[in-house]
Amino acid sequence: MTCRYLLAYSGGLDTDKVFKALGDPSRRKLLDVLYKEDGQTLGELCEHLEMTRQAVTQHLGLLEEANLVSTQWRGREKLHFLNPVPLYEIYERWIAKFERPRLKALRDLKKRLEKE
Amino acid sequence: MMSKSTFVYVTYIRSTPDKVFKALTDPEITRQYWGHNNVSDWKPGSSWEHRRTSNGNVDIVGQVVEAKAPNRLVITWASPDSPDSRSRVTFDIESAAEMVKLTVTHDDLEAGSGMDKGIRHGWPLVLSSLKSLLETGKPIDIMAVKKT
Repeated sequence: MTCRYLLAYSGGLDTDKVFKALGDPSRRKLLDVLYKEDGQTLGELCEHLEMTRQAVTQHLGLLEEANLVSTQWRGREKLHFLNPVPLYEIYERWIAKFERPRLKALRDLKKRLEKE
Repeated sequence: MMSKSTFVYVTYIRSTPDKVFKALTDPEITRQYWGHNNVSDWKPGSSWEHRRTSNGNVDIVGQVVEAKAPNRLVITWASPDSPDSRSRVTFDIESAAEMVKLTVTHDDLEAGSGMDKGIRHGWPLVLSSLKSLLETGKPIDIMAVKKT
């Protein structure tokens, strides 16, 4: 197994971008705002943040590069959508594999106690 | 009027458009990463069914609106209990460098409905599992995740 293969296997490059994108409170706020209401324009998103339009555009660019935000054009409007797929990949890679055995142990315990 | 919601999900997969299109339309492959067999002849106007592999229950029904292998598939999406409340799913498959960009747009959903909430959890899971299967040969055990 080569190093290159290992890197691809763990999704190393993409994951770096996601963690970097998440490492800023304004960008996390943008994701929260989109979670509440998906499909917003730049102008609508600016209303929730006290910063220049230019700064919001930059943050959105980094989120888009990390694939946490996807965009679609509706006529002349560019709409921004929350894309949680990379978050799910991180969840699966870093959280689920540690949690699942414990959840299974709890379920087994519950079953056993309920039988008694 | 009921307000409608739209979700757009994107994943990049180290694969080819042909393989991704096949993975969406071949019941033998959807079974592996989705826990459901997607069954249809995939011709525009034909119906399609999303059958749970474990018990054969039909969980989703709809029609094929557009099928242009390997780049685009548009289907309608409804619960068999209320086939009239239809939403729409568009799969766009593009080559992007050595990867494939798969965009899933689910629109015409009744905002706040059970279907709206269900697909919000469902798509990220299904797409992660598809990516995992095509890149590593191993899907996520999707039914185990849903239970926990």
